[in-house]
Amino acid sequence: MREGSHGGARLLVVDDNKVNRLLLSRNIELMGHRVAAAENGRVALELLRREAFDLLLLDIEMPEMDGFQVLEQLARDLQLRDLPVIVTSSLEGLDNIVRCIELGAEDYLQKPVNPALLKARIGTSLEKKRLRDQQKELVRRFATREVAEDLQQSGFTLGGKRVSGTVMFSDIRDFTPLVESQSPEDTIDLLNTYYTLMFNAISGHGGIVSEIAGDGLMAVFGAPLPLTDHGDAAVRAALEMIEMIGLFNVDQAAAGKTKIRIGVGIASGEMVAGYTGTNERATYTCIGDTVNLASRLEQYTKVAGHAILVDAPTHAALRAPPIEIQALGPVTIRGKAQPVEVFAVSTRESV
Amino acid sequence: MADSVIDVATFENLKTTAGADFVRELVETFLSEAPRMLDELRSALAASDAERFRRTAHSLKSNSNTFGALKLGAMAKGLELGGLAAAREADGRAIAQLASEYARVAQALSELKRA
Repeated sequence: MREGSHGGARLLVVDDNKVNRLLLSRNIELMGHRVAAAENGRVALELLRREAFDLLLLDIEMPEMDGFQVLEQLARDLQLRDLPVIVTSSLEGLDNIVRCIELGAEDYLQKPVNPALLKARIGTSLEKKRLRDQQKELVRRFATREVAEDLQQSGFTLGGKRVSGTVMFSDIRDFTPLVESQSPEDTIDLLNTYYTLMFNAISGHGGIVSEIAGDGLMAVFGAPLPLTDHGDAAVRAALEMIEMIGLFNVDQAAAGKTKIRIGVGIASGEMVAGYTGTNERATYTCIGDTVNLASRLEQYTKVAGHAILVDAPTHAALRAPPIEIQALGPVTIRGKAQPVEVFAVSTRESV
Repeated sequence: MADSVIDVATFENLKTTAGADFVRELVETFLSEAPRMLDELRSALAASDAERFRRTAHSLKSNSNTFGALKLGAMAKGLELGGLAAAREADGRAIAQLASEYARVAQALSELKRA
């Protein structure tokens, strides 16, 4: 194999005919790419689901599973639907070629394939894929995986839908004096570690972090993807967060640095979830009374002296194994006309 | 003799782009696969399996054109488009004609391969 200008992409050639398979593979290798081959659609799909490829060169006429069926399956597969496909065939009839393109093939090359044309088409397809991958990577970095997938599946539209879920707010207690007591570099460092620990605990229980601001974060359980037992999941995530902070504080103390404490408020119920903002710049968020209550409960942790506070629906949603809960009774919360039943989740860590 | 059955320009072009050694192997592959395709056409015809017949003719057409066996390719294309009905015309002589054209192609390719 020769060194390629693309650093060697990995291509899959699918053709039931051995001569075609060998010749296409040879041409691709001469371009400096790596190549694997499959003799029908079924074998190709198995390979695609097992190994990573950058491009698929697909014949149409094949026994067991033909190229049309492969294109249909790829379009339905979340992991594979962005894989570029160049159909290489000697199909008779323009309608068949049109059908390939309609089913999502990026290009069509008549067999016998002209190597120069093949090289040009492969180059273009790989470049397009590289740009798409880059874009997906950007979305992934600035949104959570779930939001990125939701965007990929449903596309982007402003506006929300009613969902039943659980919202969590969390922030670092006494953050301002902490910031003032250390260098900005130390603060950034601390925040990055803190967020890594919190993100892990939240996503580990099926939640997504929808917003981060300063030392606070908002997480949602049950949107954009439904989650059974979202209330229970949120409380267990919160307990893990507290535990992680405890471990983090051991390190901080050992390094002679300040310990941190967090407060967490959790509420469950109906909310509106979706994209808000403008078409140019938008964010995935949830709004509604449930969200406001979770935020208020988080603020109330300072008054109550408990690290985790939850509302009645969240308390009612708890499952086995049991979580130790203390009822604080009806509490008047700012922004709420009626007193609200508040429950404190017992934690082993001191607050 | 090779000139009449194989389009030399196509064949030479193939050698230039894919490499002479590789084309030699590719010819050998074709010479071992093609008789099987002819058998497949006969058995698909006997079984009235239109889909298998069309697919095999399609495959043979594609390979013929790759090596510049343009007449064989055109005959195979005729069977791909005409299907079982085309093969049954004139007492099934179409496949026999295809087989004898293939014999000429095989002979020519063997000579070109050694050249």
